[in-house]
Amino acid sequence: MTPQGLLKTEPMVEQLELMGCIQCGKCTGGCPVARKTTLNIRSLIYHMLVEPELDVNAHPELWDCTCCFTCVERCPKDVRPAELVIGLRGQLVESGQIPDTIGAALTGIFRQGNPTGMAREDRCGWTNGTQVKAAQQGCQVLLHVCCTPAYDPRVQVVPRALVKAFTAAGLDFGTLGTEESCCGNEVRRMGEAGLFEMLVEENGELIRSVGASRLVATSPHCFNTFKNEYSLTGMEVVHYTQAVAQLLDEGRLKFSNEVKKTVTYHDPCFLGKQNHIFDEPRAVLKAIPGLKLVEMDRNRERSLCCEGGGGRMWAEGTNLAERLAFQRVHEAAETGAEVLAVACPFCLLTLEDAVKVQGLDEKLRVMDIMELVDLALA
Amino acid sequence: MGTVIPSEARNLDKPAALVIGGGIAGIQAALDIADAGFPVYLVEREPSVGGRMAQLDKTFPTLDCSSCILTPKMVDVGRHPNIELMTYSEVVSVTPVNRETGKLVGEETGSHQSTNLPTYQPTKPPAFHVQVRRKPRYVDVSKCTGCGSCAAACRMKGRVPSTFDEGIVKRSAIYVPFPQAVPLKYTVDPSVCLYLSRGTCGKTFLCKDACPAGAIDFEQQEEMVNLEVGAVIVATGFDLLDARLKPEFGYGVYPEVMTGIEFERLSSASGPTMGKIVVNGKQPKDVVFIKCVGSRERRREQAALGSQQAALGGVPYCSRVCCMYTAKHAHLVRDKLPDARITVFYMDVRAFGKGYEEFYDRVKHERVIYRRGEPSEVYRRRTTDGEIHDGDGGGRLVVLAEDTMLGKPVEVEADLVVLATAITPRTDMPQTAGLLGLACSPDGFFQEAHAKLRPVDTALDGVFLAGCCQGPKDIPDTVAHAKAAAASAMKVLVQQSSSIHSSSTQSSSTHSSSTHSPEGRPI
Repeated sequence: MTPQGLLKTEPMVEQLELMGCIQCGKCTGGCPVARKTTLNIRSLIYHMLVEPELDVNAHPELWDCTCCFTCVERCPKDVRPAELVIGLRGQLVESGQIPDTIGAALTGIFRQGNPTGMAREDRCGWTNGTQVKAAQQGCQVLLHVCCTPAYDPRVQVVPRALVKAFTAAGLDFGTLGTEESCCGNEVRRMGEAGLFEMLVEENGELIRSVGASRLVATSPHCFNTFKNEYSLTGMEVVHYTQAVAQLLDEGRLKFSNEVKKTVTYHDPCFLGKQNHIFDEPRAVLKAIPGLKLVEMDRNRERSLCCEGGGGRMWAEGTNLAERLAFQRVHEAAETGAEVLAVACPFCLLTLEDAVKVQGLDEKLRVMDIMELVDLALA
Repeated sequence: MGTVIPSEARNLDKPAALVIGGGIAGIQAALDIADAGFPVYLVEREPSVGGRMAQLDKTFPTLDCSSCILTPKMVDVGRHPNIELMTYSEVVSVTPVNRETGKLVGEETGSHQSTNLPTYQPTKPPAFHVQVRRKPRYVDVSKCTGCGSCAAACRMKGRVPSTFDEGIVKRSAIYVPFPQAVPLKYTVDPSVCLYLSRGTCGKTFLCKDACPAGAIDFEQQEEMVNLEVGAVIVATGFDLLDARLKPEFGYGVYPEVMTGIEFERLSSASGPTMGKIVVNGKQPKDVVFIKCVGSRERRREQAALGSQQAALGGVPYCSRVCCMYTAKHAHLVRDKLPDARITVFYMDVRAFGKGYEEFYDRVKHERVIYRRGEPSEVYRRRTTDGEIHDGDGGGRLVVLAEDTMLGKPVEVEADLVVLATAITPRTDMPQTAGLLGLACSPDGFFQEAHAKLRPVDTALDGVFLAGCCQGPKDIPDTVAHAKAAAASAMKVLVQQSSSIHSSSTQSSSTHSSSTHSPEGRPI
């Protein structure tokens, strides 16, 4: 890329195999942010195909993409449109032309192993003093807490509930403690390929050294990259909803309390669309005595992105007024549910914020599935 | 068990052809061969011939009524003196036979007779032993008059989804698939008949009591029939992609989303609504057509899985008929609902056949809006007050797409969404291929001997392909393909009728003739 932000299109067209695009528009047609900002990935691909250069700086809407990968999932020609966004962001990262908040998140990850930039030594704050085995001593199951659940006071309840459930089920599990670092899923999607590679190498080595047979990730984002972008050979990578569903299925975990609530479930993009895990979260909810599960119209493959992925937790994007999360919480409220259940720390934060802003807090509460599980456990 | 010979056996001195599948391809091939004077066994696994074409309303581009042009041909195969129609029957084995020795291929080695004169009469050399299973209809076809009293009396009346009508209406356990069925004989569906599936149907058999001809016979057993034929035409047709494999369109979730073949039944004057286009009890105001549903999909993970493509939600090829039948559907909606807003979302319009571009022009002038862009999703938009109203399921459907000509995303409300689902190989292709020893091409359809020059031949001497079992085709191409297959089969049959006299002059009769073309050239 030139200093003026002009990118030669040909190398990226080849690298990302964009030539197969037939311009059908299914990517932009399904893009949740294309409806509210100027991001048009189909049009960007066309420009890449027919013009020798692209002025990347002229496209601030590149930071609007949530990397929900609806476009990738639905592209009939396997073009992977979102990868172009990631590639173009990479050009902006290299030239330093990135939103300040994105820069801060990347710096935090580089320095402290988490996007908030909070101290690495404080990573175990979520435990509230509960002793959790150090995975470095060896364990069957490695619980990857993930950054937001580790640091964000609102989400810390999720790993705590997981520890309670795993302990009740008699699992031999541990965490990496303060040695745990950001998985890099959002790092790659923000275009910082170099930092991502470094994280894959360092985290991969540490995780493999534990010798666990299974890695349980709290966040679908970490789950996605560990499962699909790391090579953790010999280690099964699962999301916590899969692990809990299995414990329930095997009878190792039993619910004793009734949770008399009507609940609707929001499929996170990185768990649902991208990894096709739709049934386990629902199985966990359905197993809770007294709980009534109702569905929103857009569910499973058609779940509406909460706009928290792809670095959007740290960048507002170009249209602040119309948030997808606003739309989503109204959809949830329309089902008559009192609880909007989520299985992702980003969804928890974005949707809870939306409930407040939209004045739905009297009607609807956003809860992680583990919070409901916790209520059901003795 | 026994050998069935063509009824009245006018042509015992000539070798017979086997046609597998009684859709338009099989019907046309059988008629051509029979008209040329050769006996034909036409085997169809459903209770009636007719196949997919019988389900269609009008045909593009001429708008001929499909059953009006098909039914006479169905009647012809039913009463042609040279055609033995075997409906509700399935071919269970096809075994090549060495024409010189009369032995099964592979069994003649070591036989001391193998170098001697043909075992079979030289006037009728068989090339294949064929076994056909006649499934029991539990109805004596010689007695059944097709009056329908049994179906009217059946305890399951109105409870069994009609396959022919794509589940839009429910029939009885004893049924004819459609009123123009050939033969017009009733059949008991054993999977839903209370007596056959559960062992009991009340104190008395209502169907038996109702039948004035005494035709119903629950003691009927399946029957194996042995045939000897000189040529085989495979015309087993196609399936359609299960639209649930494209979950983004909400098929199976929303009653307003239907497939093209379902629309055919809805639009057909002889269909369940007598041709009225009604969805949720109302005439739709906005109708959206989505083309290429599951067609033209190239997926890396699918490529690795080969013929499992369909199971993963898409096929790589163009299904060839969707552009034109969607144009036809749009025309039919305009014809019946003059005020409807009709939108066709498309990636490309492929109007390649005779009269097709002209038909597309005509439809566009009928106020059908063509918008370029493959829709990405269908969802239900709640009414603005958030309340659920009767009859609309809580709000109207919205089709999300990018209009690529405008370069921006659009949302089009719809009361009816019609999905042009991909044509796929029959799900039991592997079994049929195994039965005959045929190969499939990477798309999952039967492989022809040469993509350009031998479109109806297979790698097996004497076995030919007709219609969509070789790949997606419209009706004229299917008929042309079937006629070509018939001509090729007749060439083999004629050569068998005459060449057997010179077979003793061939140098090595232990060589299976099936590895040679009739001219003796290696294939």
